Amino acid sequence: MSQSRDPEAFRAELREWLEANCPAEMRDGVMNEHTICWGGKNWEFTSDAQRVWLERAASKGYTVPTWPVEYGGAGMNRDEEKIFHAEMARINARSPLQSFGIWMLGPALLHFGTHEQKLHYLPPIARGEVRWCQGYSEPGAGSDLASVQSRGEDKGDHWLVNGQKIWTSYADKADWIFALIRTDRDAPKHKGISFLLIDMTDPGVTTRPIKLISGASPFCETFFDNVKVPKAQIVGDENRGWDVAKYLLTHEREMISGGGAGLGGGRALGAVLKDTYGEEEMDTVLRADAMRCEVDAMAIGLTLERYKDMAEAGTGAGDASAMLKYMGTELNKQRHEILMSAGGSDAVEWDGALSGLAANWLRTKANSIEGGTSEVMLSIVSRRILGLPG
Amino acid sequence: MLADAARGVLDGASPVSAFRALRDAGKPFEPAIWQEMAQMGWTGVLIPEEAGGSDMGHGAAAVLSRELGKTLVSSPFISTAVMAATALRRAGATASLQRIAAGEAIYALALDETRKFDPTRIETTATRDGNGFRLSGNKTFVVDGGSADRLLVLARTDGGVTLFDIPADRAGIARDAQDMVDARDAARIMLTDVEATGDDVLGQVDHGMDILRPALEAGQAALAAELAGLTAGAFDLTVGYLKERKQFGVTIGSFQALQHRAAHLWCETEVTASAILNAARRLDEDPDNATLAVSLAKARATATAKLAVIEGVQMHGGIGMTDAFDMGFYMKRARVGAEWLGDYGYHAATVARHRGF
Repeated sequence: MSQSRDPEAFRAELREWLEANCPAEMRDGVMNEHTICWGGKNWEFTSDAQRVWLERAASKGYTVPTWPVEYGGAGMNRDEEKIFHAEMARINARSPLQSFGIWMLGPALLHFGTHEQKLHYLPPIARGEVRWCQGYSEPGAGSDLASVQSRGEDKGDHWLVNGQKIWTSYADKADWIFALIRTDRDAPKHKGISFLLIDMTDPGVTTRPIKLISGASPFCETFFDNVKVPKAQIVGDENRGWDVAKYLLTHEREMISGGGAGLGGGRALGAVLKDTYGEEEMDTVLRADAMRCEVDAMAIGLTLERYKDMAEAGTGAGDASAMLKYMGTELNKQRHEILMSAGGSDAVEWDGALSGLAANWLRTKANSIEGGTSEVMLSIVSRRILGLPG
Repeated sequence: MLADAARGVLDGASPVSAFRALRDAGKPFEPAIWQEMAQMGWTGVLIPEEAGGSDMGHGAAAVLSRELGKTLVSSPFISTAVMAATALRRAGATASLQRIAAGEAIYALALDETRKFDPTRIETTATRDGNGFRLSGNKTFVVDGGSADRLLVLARTDGGVTLFDIPADRAGIARDAQDMVDARDAARIMLTDVEATGDDVLGQVDHGMDILRPALEAGQAALAAELAGLTAGAFDLTVGYLKERKQFGVTIGSFQALQHRAAHLWCETEVTASAILNAARRLDEDPDNATLAVSLAKARATATAKLAVIEGVQMHGGIGMTDAFDMGFYMKRARVGAEWLGDYGYHAATVARHRGF
């Protein structure tokens, strides 16, 4: 069991392993869309180092450090996880693998899945072999997610699924999708949904990328046309998919808020401003905005850590994830406005000296929409935490 | 646990109505409460056991400050039990610490000379005079300066600044009470050729900041916690009102415009709570490297308290503007607490300096 490990011995061992195994090219601390390793059958490694780093990290369970060893993790407790992240940060190591499987499906399967499902689905996620996408939103079900209409007809040993999903991130690159499918049309809307796992290569599944304001197409439309989904590919009970969906959403919200706080990969705004202005007198209004943003970023970062400490391993922040998501994403939007201002005319060139910043800036505008809008988050806080009439 | 115990005591002994009675009577605080705080070990929260303290640490000081703030308990807790105790402990002044732990001494810090906090910008001088010093200068916004029997005075000496611990009634000291919006004790203190000996110096001559800086940081962290407490007090009043007040035939808490304002405020309080916990933990674990954590806490607490009282009055509507209602007390205390020991700008700038600005 992990509890008995001596923290300092653990740290020393980890440090030694990282020194020996993290390739030099993976120690630049850069986290952006060009450096992320998403994994999956369609993944093309950007370098040998990226491939080697993933394989080595996965062999130790370091792609999912807190998952149990039998499911591909390293079985770390929260304190060990902190040491792990600190040691990774110490050498500026890139994350070996990121994916919706790690952030979203994994926690949901660990909580709701059967032992067989965990053994079947989790290790390929940990090894970066299978890439998942999330089939939640539909054209008619955005903030009102529980009104999804994609439906699964009971055919005995399988469901026959028909319908359309939208805003499916990286559906065109994913191997599998976890989807909310209506399996009982007569029940109240929250009570007739099942959480199904669907192979994207199955006949009848098609995707179409949506071009966004950033010029990129990370989101897709996903169509199900008479797709046969075996009965074993359900997480949780039939028609109780909303419970799984909600649980998973709290993890999704924490994940989005963490990116939102600009932590880890994000540079201190002071350093960014110095790049622009050097020793010259700084724009005082921009400087003041940046200082406020930095104060808030630090406090929000501490809040994410505090909630992780409070939560039992794997249970997440519950309703308070709405707070984390709201505060983190609004901050990230603000932070990118400041970065754009600091970048001046360089920042509004697609491929100028600050290549990628404009696309990132535009991308952040979705942060306060995806995974539940800021307004939905405030309504959750109001109803479930403050007890105001909903 | 400590919070529950403190709440239990304070709800009985010092609800907001007790503060109102003090305000109406023109009294800065209730000496009986201070004695009770001494008996429970609160005045000795940062004092070692060998000097009669309970030595519960900065985490406990923050918990107590927060509970004191929630019902606006007026007391010299931060001046005396947090800041003076930290300074005296650094200086090894055991006898003085014993008096604080026993509730027998009230200290005030005479630092500010201008309208904004900045202990590096002082003109009060301590000139060598034989074996001792003569102190002259004018201090303002000396919190608890009216009721204090001891003063910690910061003055310029030949090679720096020096911190003196002197009785408040020493010859040459004149005190003028300041009539503060929060109805608490603050005074202008005029020093004219006040005699001080080498024994009155805390720490080393010219190195007063070595003693004062940790004391200030302890005070700033505790004040941040008090502000978080008053934020919680104002917030509870406000949410309670949203659930009870009816207009257009429904409780006003059913209106989304108000729900989202209240929810946003709650989110801010949660984020600020993290900064406050972090500051106290840092002071307990690594007090010589706590500046960033403390300034982050004071900056956030100041901003959140301001938001809480502005929203509190707005969401209460007209009744929030009346003296008969308590929200105004919270608003006025939040403003004084914002200025004391450095405002938002002071502490945000400190954070920024530590973060590469």
